[in-house]
Amino acid sequence: MMFRRYAGPFFFYVTATAIAVIVMIPFFWMISTSLKSKGALTALPIEWIPKKISFEGYRKVFDVFPFARTILNSAFVSVMTTVVRLAAAAMAAYAFAKMRFRGREVLFAAVLATMMIPQQVTFIPLFLVMKELQLINTFTGLIAPSIFNAFAIFMLRQHMRTVNDAYLDAAVMDGASHRTIFVRLMIPLSAPILATLAVIAFMDAWNDYLWPLVMLTDPNKMTLPLALSKLSGQYATDYNTLMAGSLISIVPIVAVFSPHSNISKPACRWAE
Amino acid sequence: MPHVSKRYGWFAAIGFLLPCLTGLMLFNIIPVAGAFVLSFTDWDGLKPIALQDGVPAFVGLDNYASILGGDEFWRVLRNTAVYIVLYIPLILIASIAAAMLLHRPYRGVSVYRVLFYIPVLTSWVAGALIFKSILSPEYGGVNDLLELFGIKGPGWLYDPHWAIPGIVLASIWKDMGFFALIFLGGLQGIDSSYYEAAKIDGASAWQRFRHITLPLLSPITFFVTVICLIFSFQLFPQVMIMTDGGPHGSTQVMVERIYRYAFSYFKMGYASAFSFILFAIIFLFTWLQLKLQKKWVHYDV
Repeated sequence: MMFRRYAGPFFFYVTATAIAVIVMIPFFWMISTSLKSKGALTALPIEWIPKKISFEGYRKVFDVFPFARTILNSAFVSVMTTVVRLAAAAMAAYAFAKMRFRGREVLFAAVLATMMIPQQVTFIPLFLVMKELQLINTFTGLIAPSIFNAFAIFMLRQHMRTVNDAYLDAAVMDGASHRTIFVRLMIPLSAPILATLAVIAFMDAWNDYLWPLVMLTDPNKMTLPLALSKLSGQYATDYNTLMAGSLISIVPIVAVFSPHSNISKPACRWAE
Repeated sequence: MPHVSKRYGWFAAIGFLLPCLTGLMLFNIIPVAGAFVLSFTDWDGLKPIALQDGVPAFVGLDNYASILGGDEFWRVLRNTAVYIVLYIPLILIASIAAAMLLHRPYRGVSVYRVLFYIPVLTSWVAGALIFKSILSPEYGGVNDLLELFGIKGPGWLYDPHWAIPGIVLASIWKDMGFFALIFLGGLQGIDSSYYEAAKIDGASAWQRFRHITLPLLSPITFFVTVICLIFSFQLFPQVMIMTDGGPHGSTQVMVERIYRYAFSYFKMGYASAFSFILFAIIFLFTWLQLKLQKKWVHYDV
């Protein structure tokens, strides 16, 4: 009897803890390596816990690269990307959900069709467009493409369609303009889905690599992932420096977003 | 009814659609059309375009022919296939197992959910750097742990046979939490009365999993598999950071080649043709998904 009663929880805690430990080992490795001196990196046997704590890596990451600047760049680019993506998507979603105009369905189908085009197909000509517009090495060029995001438009449109037309008609009868309806009614009603999309947009921008890699060559403009990859090109074996930089890039996003681990829910709904 | 007519017509809608349509045009339609045209030229991306002087020169299907006729493309495809064969079964097993655990009603389950999810929040560049360090044959943690079990670890990223498995390891670590939460959503949607009925009939835990959970999870499994296939063809930061395509080209993949041809070798036309071949492959999988979904997927027991 005792066995039957405790077997379930026992199995759960043992397995879940084992998986959690495996998942956490690389992070532990990162923290431990970031606190080693350069000499301790190649010490054998391996020091899982550094014998002597050294902040050499942290000093170096700020010495050899404008890393403080990089953190601010990443924050700025991520916030702007989120704002631009959500604002444009919400406006378009409102038009697709609640306004009637000729060709609406065809246009919406075209928007959805772009989801099949991977970024890896468009980045070369997109780079050329940006070069033509003289936006290489600018934040504007880095952020501008986020003005169109089919997934965000789709999610918001699905949500806004569920808003009862009676609210809108009542607002129109009171003389409200589209702008008023959009700002005062639709945006507040879409707050939960906007929050989820904001988390996704921010993370996308914070962690993006390919587009910054193509767009930015000026170290003063670089975002965190790009700066890390440049550092790893120059100091390939200075893992204390690289791990210090990685840790700095991970901590803010984990601190802010780990309570919101339900963000893959929309992807789930998308699957159905 | 003038108040209702306010909601009709292009004139009202255009203001709301303008940012999105500009983006659609400038950052999607023009680039795709541009890439398509470029893929038939020999443009290097540097010379100013002067069509009357033959810059860039149209070379017809030459780019496509030389990609498909060369060894490199097939090597890249084989590398991707090796990745897929290892990655997809492992990620399905890992994320379904994690989801089954997270579905249990025990205390502290939300803590595990957050822990499983932290790698998803990590950028690929940071994740790849961590794995490059921990997979170091001599000074890395993975081989050190393997030694505890008496296993002599391989050279990982320095060994042509073990470089892709090393990247797969990093990818599983990074993606498991993401797909686990998608599967968790699927598990939460399964009616518990099925399990109760099966228990009364004396079905074992494995039988319940095999005959209730797996079939009812199949729409999600199918979706995840297709997404994983598409992601596998888009493999990029892992390769750039961890191996740079080496050793001996054993980890070269499509996006890495496209990037190299465009921005290191300045063969924009060739790179564009490569990117359209990638597009065709991804398109094929998307189409297959829509086509086969009805056939393979059980929506009911």
